[in-house]
Amino acid sequence: MSTAATTTAPAAAKPRLKTSAMIASIAGEGQRTKPAPFGHALVELAKARPEIVGLTADLAKYTDLHIFAQANPDSFYQMGMAEQLLMGAASGLAHEGFMPFVTTYAVFASRRAYDFVHQTIAEENRNVKIACALPGLTSGYGPSHQAAEDLALMRAMPNMVVIDPCDALEIEQAVPAMAAHQGPVYMRLLRGNVPLVLDEYDYTFELGKAKRLRDGADVLVISSGIMTMRALEVAKALEADKVGVAVLHVPTIKPLDTETILAEAGRSGRMVVVAENHTVIGGLGEAVAGTLLRAGVVPSAFRQIGLPDAFLKAGALPTLHDLYGISTDAMVTSIKGWL
Amino acid sequence: MDTTQLGHNVPLTERAYRIRRNAVLMGEVQGQGYIGQALDIADVLAVSYFHALRYRPEDPHWEGRDRFLLSNGHYAIALYAALIEAGIVPADELETYGSDDSRLPMSGMAAYTPGMEMSGGSLGLGLSIAVGIALGLKRKASDNRVYTLFSDGELDEGSVWEAIMSAAHYKLDNLIGIVDVNNQQADGPSTQVMAFEPLVDKLEAFGWFVQRVDGNDMDAVVAAFDAARDHPEPKPRMIVCDTKMGKGVPFLEAREKNHFIRVDAHEWKLALDALDAGRTA
Repeated sequence: MSTAATTTAPAAAKPRLKTSAMIASIAGEGQRTKPAPFGHALVELAKARPEIVGLTADLAKYTDLHIFAQANPDSFYQMGMAEQLLMGAASGLAHEGFMPFVTTYAVFASRRAYDFVHQTIAEENRNVKIACALPGLTSGYGPSHQAAEDLALMRAMPNMVVIDPCDALEIEQAVPAMAAHQGPVYMRLLRGNVPLVLDEYDYTFELGKAKRLRDGADVLVISSGIMTMRALEVAKALEADKVGVAVLHVPTIKPLDTETILAEAGRSGRMVVVAENHTVIGGLGEAVAGTLLRAGVVPSAFRQIGLPDAFLKAGALPTLHDLYGISTDAMVTSIKGWL
Repeated sequence: MDTTQLGHNVPLTERAYRIRRNAVLMGEVQGQGYIGQALDIADVLAVSYFHALRYRPEDPHWEGRDRFLLSNGHYAIALYAALIEAGIVPADELETYGSDDSRLPMSGMAAYTPGMEMSGGSLGLGLSIAVGIALGLKRKASDNRVYTLFSDGELDEGSVWEAIMSAAHYKLDNLIGIVDVNNQQADGPSTQVMAFEPLVDKLEAFGWFVQRVDGNDMDAVVAAFDAARDHPEPKPRMIVCDTKMGKGVPFLEAREKNHFIRVDAHEWKLALDALDAGRTA
């Protein structure tokens, strides 16, 4: 950051406080990014699939759907700040054979509009794709905008496929995969300048597939979403300490790739750490734990990195990620402590 | 209109009688149910299925059909009665109503029943779905319409007003809402549970073409459906139907608490007798 004090500050200048203001991107300083991968991927997909329509509840600009709206104004529906209507209308358009891509923030889709998603979309198995920005703890606004429970809520819903992508590359690949799946899908959306990470790992997204991004002898991190990005950084950092960290990326939370998870976790001698940008209740960690228990697979140790069962604080994201243990540094400290 | 083969000369009053009779017979299967509502809305359903709607009984998913959404899923007993009369559901399934493995569950669900376009039950969903269907029909340049039946109690739901606002915003002249004002919801008279009047003024202020009729006056209902179809302004249309719970069965009309009626075993026969007595009316 260019915070060098070049101006002549007063003698008793206060230190500049970190802000909890909404940010457009979760990219770290100097990180490679791609702009609005969701919006551009949807525009590309719609060229081949004219049945695609876009709907939002007053958040087109904030979910990168504005790019689709500009390219396909006749296929875009602004539903106003009304998330229940948003979901119901999407159901109706799907009823008529269209493929709605619906955007809002994760808190509003998973909390305010839950019954509409449940009854008008999932129960009727409508072909609606829900893409939601600000997943987990990616806003410093406080609980109003922090979707700490979205995966648990969406995962519990029959028929719903749930995706938590890691980076721009994965979002680009997930969009056509969502369309190829017949039925409702919930995807956590990263917006704005989205980090680009997985292109270094010869990675291809496949719906329902977990993929090992690197191997390691001591720790197996099972992660989704931005926590996979963090896990890869953790693995590099722990190399210096001669700790081998494998990373299993699980972008599809439901249906869970239990076969790959069991194969990886079943390799003896490794601690299993599940890392998720989500409350430790009802997300990937408990899904993995249940998978292991039901199969009788018992790793040498099992740990969860995730958000606490609490209403999270407002604050600057780096501050909060450190506080709740989901920053790279905090994860390194935790894992070292567990070894 | 593909309904001609059903016997176009059967008067609407006879259709309404048969719908009421089907509903009472289904109520008897379970010994209870939303029979008061079925009796009050039978005239509106007769007009819907034997005057207004385009459909093919043998092909419930025919693309050229008008869509009919039952938002108030607990009125399923009434819609099944109409679907049976319309030949969409076989009459011999009537006796399975609400029973295990039946295609006629007590609350309407899209996957179960031919002709059931949505899953209701959680109230306040229908109009939002109808907005999407109306937008979709326009995208397809279809001249079909989407009718949505909902109850006065659903006016308490905020989502209903989200849909009402958006239907006017998008000038959905192919959307026809039908609200059953029987002034009865779970906890008591709807106007006392939550005041919704003056309903016509409110809906007009929201940009709808609104008519209010006696929903048990067949000629008035027919005229309202025709006007809703023919109205020239690019507005969504609402038909506010004032109805009488238990209509056609005097001892049920007189029941004070009639949202969910328990009827003694011997009373079902009396109810059918009452319907027969009024048959020529």
